[in-house]
Amino acid sequence: MEFFIISMLNGVSYGLLLFMLSSGLTLIFSMMGVLNFAHASFYMLGAYVGYTLSTFTGFWPALVLAPLVVGALGALFERVCLRRVHKYGHVAELLLTFGLAYVVLELVQLIWGRIALEFKPPPSLRGPLFTLINHSGQGLSMMLGAAPAELCRAADKAVRVVCSPFPATRGFMMLVAVVMLVSVWLLLTRTRIGLVIQAALTHPDMAEALGHNVPRVFMLVFGAGTALAGLAGVIGGSIFLTEPAMAATVGPVIFVVVVVGGMGSLSGAFLASLLIGVIQTFAVAFDYSLATLAEQLGLPLSQGVLSSTYVKMTLSQVAPILPFLFLVLMLIFRPRGLLGTRES
Amino acid sequence: MKTPINRSRWIIWSSFALLMGLAPLVFSSGLGITVLSQMGIAIIACLSYNILFGQGGMLSFGHAVYTGLGSFMAIHALNAATEGGLPLPVALVPLAGGLAGLGFAVLFGYVTTRKAGTTFAMITLGLGELVFAMSLMVPEFFGGEGGVSGNRMVRDGLWGITFGPPVQVYYLIAIYTFICVAAMYAFTLTPLGRMLNAVRDNPERVEFIGYDTQRVRYLAFIVAGFFAGISGGLAALNFEIVTAEVVGAARSGGYLLFTFLGGATFFFGPILGAILMVLAFVLFSEFSQAWLLYLGLIFLLMVMFAPGGIASLIMMNLRVARYGRLRELGLSYLGLAASGLVMLLGGSALVEMVYHLQLNQSEGPVFGYLGAEFDVGSVTHWAAAMSLLAVGAGLFEWTRRGFLRKWGAIQTAIEVDIKSREAVL
Repeated sequence: MEFFIISMLNGVSYGLLLFMLSSGLTLIFSMMGVLNFAHASFYMLGAYVGYTLSTFTGFWPALVLAPLVVGALGALFERVCLRRVHKYGHVAELLLTFGLAYVVLELVQLIWGRIALEFKPPPSLRGPLFTLINHSGQGLSMMLGAAPAELCRAADKAVRVVCSPFPATRGFMMLVAVVMLVSVWLLLTRTRIGLVIQAALTHPDMAEALGHNVPRVFMLVFGAGTALAGLAGVIGGSIFLTEPAMAATVGPVIFVVVVVGGMGSLSGAFLASLLIGVIQTFAVAFDYSLATLAEQLGLPLSQGVLSSTYVKMTLSQVAPILPFLFLVLMLIFRPRGLLGTRES
Repeated sequence: MKTPINRSRWIIWSSFALLMGLAPLVFSSGLGITVLSQMGIAIIACLSYNILFGQGGMLSFGHAVYTGLGSFMAIHALNAATEGGLPLPVALVPLAGGLAGLGFAVLFGYVTTRKAGTTFAMITLGLGELVFAMSLMVPEFFGGEGGVSGNRMVRDGLWGITFGPPVQVYYLIAIYTFICVAAMYAFTLTPLGRMLNAVRDNPERVEFIGYDTQRVRYLAFIVAGFFAGISGGLAALNFEIVTAEVVGAARSGGYLLFTFLGGATFFFGPILGAILMVLAFVLFSEFSQAWLLYLGLIFLLMVMFAPGGIASLIMMNLRVARYGRLRELGLSYLGLAASGLVMLLGGSALVEMVYHLQLNQSEGPVFGYLGAEFDVGSVTHWAAAMSLLAVGAGLFEWTRRGFLRKWGAIQTAIEVDIKSREAVL
């Protein structure tokens, strides 16, 4: 039970991190029709800029400043490069962001080097947020912070006690993602600028005719989307790893999220992020393979079948490809994605 | 109907064959033959990519799946032929790769070509990642970290052709390259090739005429997969080893990058791109550690300022030359080249200095680049590089504006000329 709760929370927190990335991507896509191939590069930039800023100002100011820097860079890129190729169509825009991903990767290696950085979360986030204690006599209980060692030790052999801590960083990640989600939603639906953005999204010509500067709205949306990626980068980089390969590992997954959720659908991206986060986290935790399944069902397998790679392959080994398998299945059975509306 | 013999076409194709036949006599060193062989392989790969990208408007991020799986199938076929007694001549091994590419394109293409545009791009990216991750998980077929190796040597070959010396493999590659290039050119003239262009330009209208766009894309995808597989099979024969990186995202990205740089709008563009690709990977990567940065920047500039690639630049200048006005631009080109060179010198010196600081700090502050000594500890060197960059950029921008004015005037004059001739007819 405690394994299930902790894995679920881990999965949800990873899913929320994915959503922080895919929401910006979806926002940009639904607005400008541009799938920002370099979105994961902005995530990486967020982590690196956050690291450098945190050496001067500490973690908390860097958490605010780094997304602003990344957002400004994103807006600059939109203004100087992307706007210029807008007339050539979406393929050219996608190609431009593809080239940007190359350049950002090389620049990051140029400035910060090729090895992983020591980017750690602040001390206040290092311990566990809470600990689940499963006592075979007293049942499941929860306590905030780390559980003292004597609580996790069984007094006698007959009693089984398992302590499962949930890291504070993960909790913080969930908190930031939820706050961000709510504020973006409020911004889009409750404020004037949000209304202008929505208008520019569906009726760009009309919004322009009413005197709104639509290209500037595009620039702001692109900047905001990349700033969200930068925010995710500061958090993701400090919790996981800050290294040049981090964009390439998370990039394809967020594209899968966007396609599975339905291109341009924010709620679809939310659902798909959580789904993929949970599936991947659970898969990593299970060491089951077809061989163990057959064993449990009582099926006798010959030695030849047992030594086959496919039968021995455990679920945790398959975990990295699950999002992509999910994508392929989704396209076969529901090509427009979970909550996608348009069948293009 | 009897079509008259197209003389210029005959000249172009026979000089292409002649060029490939004579090239190893000129570049007869070991490196020369290797580079030429790789060029042949890359030409087929990039042209097959362009069936999707240039002719079909399908931006694929996973083309290496088909070249790579073709490579793996070919090396397994080679091993089966040399060890297991499969009656397959070594010269036909690339065809096995081609059939594998075709088979996987039939399988995967069914999923990917259901969508066009951006979604298609994302699906190919996902499939590429899927296959790459699988390649590390199934060591029986992909050989794990070490890859699969083979031996192409035939013991007593016909007419002394054992495929031992690289030059014999080069000629095999050259023959395949010529046939494949011709076949892919012929494909652009078939009804399917023409429909593919129509699907790229206006899918809605194609649907109205009664064609199934999805089917056209699917068929073109299969054709592209076949040629990609042949290229992969040739690579397997050439290197005699296939590792998992041949299906990786970096390889797919390379095909896209260089096909675009060469020029996707003309048939011969990808050939230029492929030649550039091999030169970049073999020679340029030796020259500078930061070559990927330069490549990315060049790509960004091309997308922004010359979306037709090098081929379109050549064709546009040829058009200007045909109207006898290229001479007016000569001075501008000279100015652009000179100021661009100054800018490049300054910029690349800066990049190399930063790289040296970052990676080779242990070798001391002084390093050699382009025959000059640079000292990363000296402020004057940094200032010199920066001012070189700034001056070069300023001059470049200035000459570029003048050039654009002239270029625009000439283009307008040519358009007017064409219009007036049409009016006379």
